[in-house]
Amino acid sequence: MALTEKDPITGRETTGHEWNGIKELNTPIPRVVFLFLGLTFAFSLLWWALMPAWPLGASYTRGLLGADHRQDVSRALGAAQLDRQAWTQEMESLPYAEIEARPDLMRVVSESGRRLFGDNCAACHGAEGRGGPGFPDLSAKLWLWGGELETIEETLRVGINSTHEETRYGQMLAFGRDGMLSRPEIASVISFLRAHAQNVGEPDPRDAQGAEAGAEIFAEQCVSCHGEDARGLKTAGAPDLTDGYWLYGGDRASLTQTLVNGRQGHMPHWEDRLSLAERRILTLYVLGLKPPEGGPDDS
Amino acid sequence: MIARLTQDERRNALIILGLVALMGAVLGLAGRDDLLGWHGLLIVIFAAGLALPILGALDAPEPTEDRENAYYDDPTRLGILLSMGWAVFGLFMGVWVAALLAWPELTFVDSPWASFGRLRPAHTTGVIFGFGGNALIATSFHVLQRTSRARLSGQLLPWFVLLGYNLFCLLAVTGYFMGITQSKEYAEPEWYADLWLVVVWVAYFLIYVLTLARRKEPHIYVANWYYMAFILVVAVLHIINNLAVPVSFGQVKAYSAFSGVQDAMTQWWYGHNAVAFFLTAGFLGMMYYYLPKRAERPIFSYRMSIVSFWGITFMYLWAGSHHLHYTALPHWVQTLGMTFSVMLLVPSWASAGNALLTLNGAWRKVRDDATLRFMMIAAVFYGLSTFEGSFMAIRAVNSLSHYTDWTIGHVHAGALGWVAMITFGSIYYLVPVMWGRERMYSSALVEVHFWLALLGTLVYVFAMWNSGVIQGLMWRTYDESGSLSYSFVDSLVAMHPYYIARALGGLMFLMGALVGCFNIYMTIRGASASVAQGDRPADPNADRSLVAGE
Ligand code: HEC
Ligand code: HEC
Ligand code: HEM
Ligand code: HEM
Repeated sequence: MALTEKDPITGRETTGHEWNGIKELNTPIPRVVFLFLGLTFAFSLLWWALMPAWPLGASYTRGLLGADHRQDVSRALGAAQLDRQAWTQEMESLPYAEIEARPDLMRVVSESGRRLFGDNCAACHGAEGRGGPGFPDLSAKLWLWGGELETIEETLRVGINSTHEETRYGQMLAFGRDGMLSRPEIASVISFLRAHAQNVGEPDPRDAQGAEAGAEIFAEQCVSCHGEDARGLKTAGAPDLTDGYWLYGGDRASLTQTLVNGRQGHMPHWEDRLSLAERRILTLYVLGLKPPEGGPDDS
Repeated sequence: MIARLTQDERRNALIILGLVALMGAVLGLAGRDDLLGWHGLLIVIFAAGLALPILGALDAPEPTEDRENAYYDDPTRLGILLSMGWAVFGLFMGVWVAALLAWPELTFVDSPWASFGRLRPAHTTGVIFGFGGNALIATSFHVLQRTSRARLSGQLLPWFVLLGYNLFCLLAVTGYFMGITQSKEYAEPEWYADLWLVVVWVAYFLIYVLTLARRKEPHIYVANWYYMAFILVVAVLHIINNLAVPVSFGQVKAYSAFSGVQDAMTQWWYGHNAVAFFLTAGFLGMMYYYLPKRAERPIFSYRMSIVSFWGITFMYLWAGSHHLHYTALPHWVQTLGMTFSVMLLVPSWASAGNALLTLNGAWRKVRDDATLRFMMIAAVFYGLSTFEGSFMAIRAVNSLSHYTDWTIGHVHAGALGWVAMITFGSIYYLVPVMWGRERMYSSALVEVHFWLALLGTLVYVFAMWNSGVIQGLMWRTYDESGSLSYSFVDSLVAMHPYYIARALGGLMFLMGALVGCFNIYMTIRGASASVAQGDRPADPNADRSLVAGE
């Protein structure tokens, strides 16, 4: 066999093997390695004794502490629930007026409400509830179905055009696509709407045409949902078309889209996903949302 | 490269390529109504692209030199270049996904292929399998021959492994862009690509065993133990985790043999050992050869090599369940995963320590030579990420770190600091050797690459540690009413600055790799693909004692 030699720097012997110039020293394993191996192994032995650890056919060693992470979770959840019961019960049972008179409960509304809104609603309505095209600005308080506390609570419970059995159902018909109105008729009714509404963006030369014919078409086709004065009907979830707040836009292009293809917003229902207390917190929270300084953003 | 094959071998190569093309054509026809059709086409094009130059050189003169008297390094040379190419692609993808997390609208095109969900696996596959895998194949061929003093087994087999493996990587990455995935992390490709990899991998294993059998050294060097462990265990992991039944032979979709928590456990047994045997064992093999070679020092302790090798191979296999703490996985499986992960720290640190202590007597070189410094820093990061890993495997710690960027920080401390650094160091050693140059074109540029890589890694890792811990704490902070204090979006807002920092760190790392590519290009430009005079196998006919004095 090959000869060992002494490494001048460490003073250790080599093993005598060599591979393309690489040699190995025969240094004994430092004691700390065994020490730590022993320590970690001892820790493991201890842990196996205390915790569920080794399989035994269909069962396993339970461990001296009787720990079980499923039970841990249900216990922790139970404790948390108990902890919160003090106020959740009140939140569920007290009339809104009494909750609003209680600073302690209203603090929960503003703190928890912000978190609940951020986790469940902000994706569609924006972090401040100011919405965007197709998603209503909740701080503007111009409601489709109504802004009373109970109405909002119900909206949250069943959603709008959702999969809930009792969902609120509202649809803006596709007048153009479904052939109920011709293109010129749609153009006229749009002129009529723009003449009577605010926030309609840049004036358009086509606005001058057909507003009178449009008024007639409106009276025939639209009042059943939007009301005689176009101020919306809460029973149909149809918006006020004169208030200057547009869910989809008041310019001619957006209005044409709305009338040709119809609109049907989808608001999920929350009955299965949020507790009653949480839905009531959100109801109060939504009604407390502040519009930005200087009125609702209409761009 | 073709010039070094005999005419018979060229013909055999054509037959193999013909078979591959035929397989592609069959897949393509069977799957013509499915995305599979495109992959069939890709396979045909790949095979044809390789066949054309061979066809052109079919009657070119045969090699005259005695091939058995020289090492077979052409596959290693190409492997290095492929590895660097994949590095640029994979790192670029990394920077892109990092930028997307900071600025989600940066998809540039509004089309499905550019969505985060498809780019992310292109990043992970590009760096792990493209960059890492090619580097492992290239270096393992080099190390195997030098430490066995024997030429690689087979003339075509090494090419089959290297090119076949790259075909697999191509199928994987192009598949993601088209939306083909079985949604198992690090094992995303579907059944046909998986089967192909099995064939390639068996050939890889064969090369290793056959070459070792011809070795002219009495002992098998440590580096080879690690490379062997890497090849063998990855084969087992890959086959088991990918057991699946295709919907039909004309469709990409397949259903896994496992479901529910068994599926999750199989996946993370695979996932963790992919880290252990792909990202750790293979690269330890690299380190055990190139570090002592560059430092010109003997390995600190042969005995420590043995203990850490067996410690790592044995204990890693039990640790996978630490990826599934606090899930539907039974508690006892989690306990085992946690305790084995804690014990695993000792052999891991023994490896890192063995590497660093090997540098005793060479610290002056570490200071002056960026190539060796790459390897030194790699060993340090190896020690750091294994410590972190063992710590994170403790259930209580994991309850904070899991699902957060802390995991991502840990991943990249290992991936950038360890895997990429050891690879760059080894490649800088290897390139001049393979192309018969005395040194790299510019050692100043190696230095530049080193600092860009180190700085990039530190920025990345520190950003993610911060971000991860903040995230974890925000998710578990309750107010007095017992409700969570922060919404998820709040935590995203808090992450934003760290995501920007991470993208910048990644950009530095990518720039370093580009500098490296330029340096390598300038080094090999005009060089002959030949190695130094004495760098050849032991004379196959001679007795070992005769060559010992060489
Ligand atoms: C998937 C998107 C989405 C999510 C999530 C969502 N909403 Fe809505 N919400 C809508 C849409 C769309 C409308 C308008 C429906 C319509 O156009 O008919 C709406 C309408 C509303 C209205 C107004 C009803 C009215 O009468 O004007 C309220 C109040 C409301 N949402 C509250 C919430 C709250 C509170 C949450 C969180 C628990 C929430 N939304 C989550 C999409 C969403
Ligand atoms: C069947 C009831 C119904 C009829 C009939 C109807 N609408 Fe609507 N309309 C709705 C509902 C409901 C919405 C709200 C859609 C949503 O957001 O889900 C709506 C929305 C609109 C909007 C969008 C408002 C915005 O904020 O962007 C316009 C404009 C509109 N309707 C105009 C008309 C006109 C003009 C007619 C007659 C040609 C008409 N609607 C007839 C129910 C109706
Ligand atoms: C330029 C450098 C790099 C950048 C900017 C980068 C960026 C990223 C990003 C943004 C993610 C996704 C994180 C998330 O989903 O939250 C990721 C994941 C990942 N990267 Fe990188 N990366 C880089 C280099 C590398 C390298 C060199 C490797 C491996 C050798 C690597 C391996 C991985 C792995 C394994 C994951 C998945 C982690 C997990 O799922 O837990 N990365 N990378
Ligand atoms: C002793 C060694 C190591 C241990 C015990 C360990 C442990 C862990 C733990 C506990 C996690 C987090 C699991 C979770 O919460 O989801 C993890 C993730 C990860 N580690 Fe390690 N680690 C070790 C070394 C390494 C090294 C050297 C690398 C090299 C790159 C690495 C790469 C990864 C990757 C890629 C993941 C992310 C997996 C994913 O979720 O996609 N680990 N590791």
